Amino acid sequence: MKTLNTIRVALRALTRNKMRSFLTALGIIIGVGAVISMISIGQGAKKAVEDRFNSMGTNLLFVRPGSMSFRGRHGGSGTFNTLTPEDTEAISEKCNAVKYVSPSVSGRAQTVYQNKNWNTSIQGVGAYYPEIRNWPVEEGVFFDENMIKMFAKVCVLGSEVKKNLFEGEDSIGQVIRIKKIPFRVIGVLESKGESGGWFNRDDIIVIPYTTAQKRLLGITHVQSIDVSAVSAVRTNEAKEQIEELLRIRHRIAPGAEDDFHIRNMSEIAEGAAESSRILTYLLGGIASVSLLVGGIGIMNIMLVSVTERIREIGIRISVGAREKDILRQFLTEAIVLSILGGLIGIAVGIIASKLISHFAGWQTIVNIGSVALAFLFSGSVGVFFGFYPARKASKLDPIEALRYE
Amino acid sequence: MENNYLIKLENIARTYQVGETEVRALRGISLQIQQGDLVAIMGPSGSGKSTLMNIIGCLDKPTSGKYLLEAEEVSSFNKDRLAQIRNKKIGFVFQSFNLLPRTTALENTELPLLYSNVPSKKAREKAMEALSMVGLNGRELHNTNQLSGGEQQRVAIARALVNNPSLILADEPTGNLDTKTGAEIISLFQALNKDKNITMILVTHDPDIANISHKKIYIRDGLIVKQEST
Ligand SMILES: Nc1ncnc2c1ncn2[C@@H]1O[C@H](COP(=O)(O)OP(=O)(O)OP(=O)(O)O)[C@@H](O)[C@H]1O
Ligand SMILES: [Mg+2]
Repeated sequence: MKTLNTIRVALRALTRNKMRSFLTALGIIIGVGAVISMISIGQGAKKAVEDRFNSMGTNLLFVRPGSMSFRGRHGGSGTFNTLTPEDTEAISEKCNAVKYVSPSVSGRAQTVYQNKNWNTSIQGVGAYYPEIRNWPVEEGVFFDENMIKMFAKVCVLGSEVKKNLFEGEDSIGQVIRIKKIPFRVIGVLESKGESGGWFNRDDIIVIPYTTAQKRLLGITHVQSIDVSAVSAVRTNEAKEQIEELLRIRHRIAPGAEDDFHIRNMSEIAEGAAESSRILTYLLGGIASVSLLVGGIGIMNIMLVSVTERIREIGIRISVGAREKDILRQFLTEAIVLSILGGLIGIAVGIIASKLISHFAGWQTIVNIGSVALAFLFSGSVGVFFGFYPARKASKLDPIEALRYE
Repeated sequence: MENNYLIKLENIARTYQVGETEVRALRGISLQIQQGDLVAIMGPSGSGKSTLMNIIGCLDKPTSGKYLLEAEEVSSFNKDRLAQIRNKKIGFVFQSFNLLPRTTALENTELPLLYSNVPSKKAREKAMEALSMVGLNGRELHNTNQLSGGEQQRVAIARALVNNPSLILADEPTGNLDTKTGAEIISLFQALNKDKNITMILVTHDPDIANISHKKIYIRDGLIVKQEST
């Protein structure tokens, strides 16, 4: 029997029992839809992370306490307190490949304005923070070196914080309380314009690092030093200068390990992209399970369908169908079902990821790769789970089959 | 002149194994049937008539004995070859019609052609022709479950005819029909035998069929007890 004929016969058999066919395909539809939408979330997250880092510029360096070999373990900062504000000053004075330097400490705190509460991230930074992070103030001003020296209780709000505490009212000059300590609002940062997501960069308050150290955290070291090199090409030079300087300042013997590490933007971006890649695999993996369940559904219903159609199979054999004709017919039915299911599933998946973007505000990306993958996978599910019932059908004894009620 | 026989059975036996016990459905059947014969096989229930038909129809293989169809030794053929013979040389008509449900008369009739790679347009033509031969013009696109018993059996006969077989086997073809419809089906068989020289073997309890046949074979307990030629 020719392939085209086989497909025609399979389609005819499937349309003869539309409801059953639909229910069989439903498992695949949901599976493929889930795979596509889950992968699109993962891909979207990866893209968002990449965009975020790219927008910060490639000439950024981050100096963190702790040696390279501890990087995997401690991740953030706080466990080590080898960096000091004096290191910051030294870097800005002695390293000529460095343009701006900003120490940084951070924590979370409850903030209050009148009767409104908001829990947010508090960043203690230096005066060049807006330049380094490429993040200008929209209203008011940023604090200067003078305010930093004087432990000024001033703050600059991220737009999300402003929205939540002030609800559209003017915030400049108002006093908010951070951990019960009053701070005067002197500026508002430009919005990064990302609503939703896992963490919102606009949900932040920046204050002078000196004030943060003394009033909020009670520490004298800094948790990180942000550095921007004079240009992207001199980033490596800046890194070497800082390394040399800090080794001398920290009195590290030649050959001994650094008690700090310096990473550039692309390394950090890579790490973040890696974790979102893992997220993609994870989501895709979970969704694949539902595709697998869909496949088992196909097998189940194909088995039922073989039993239901024993007589039909007997008739076909009696008029000259060979074993392989029957095998091919049932296999084709399974494959046609899973491929149709796959196609509908792709549409469902694309619509679902659009809906997720729309309602949850997450960036989602449906790429050709994941569509092709889901499609191929659903086809193989059809072959794999269709084979056993098809083989069973082809091995039926025609006389028994014809007598079957 | 052995070669003149369409069918030649020599000492055919068929034993079913049911658990510990053996059921000897056929115990040594020998017979010859010529091209163009119309043969009636008769005998009490359980005598082995259907078993014999299944063997002649290449749906089943004998436990022992020799079966020559057009002088070819069928017992040595593999499954695919047997399927091909069923497809090209033999048409089957059953007591219970055995049509595909929710499928049109035309599609049912086309079924054997599907397995012999006849192009679909040609298949349609041949099926239409076969349906008109059994007097079902105008009913081609009716689903089989919308047809009466007699009409359904006509579809089954059209299906048996469609690939121009040399042999049609019918196992109690009128068993599920009333007398009048049965008589119509019988005269259809007779006409096909006469006009197209198709060899017919009919299993029947029906004296009407027996009367039109050229040859009657009586079976009892898996053995031929009597053969009559007219
Ligand atoms: N698949 C089978 N397994 C075991 N025994 C069988 C099988 N098929 C038939 N038999 C036995 O073989 C014998 C002949 O059966 P067969 O169906 O050929 O009889 P029959 O002459 O066609 O009877 P009827 O007129 O009732 O149709 C019976 O005893 C039957 O029980
Ligand atoms: Mg019988």
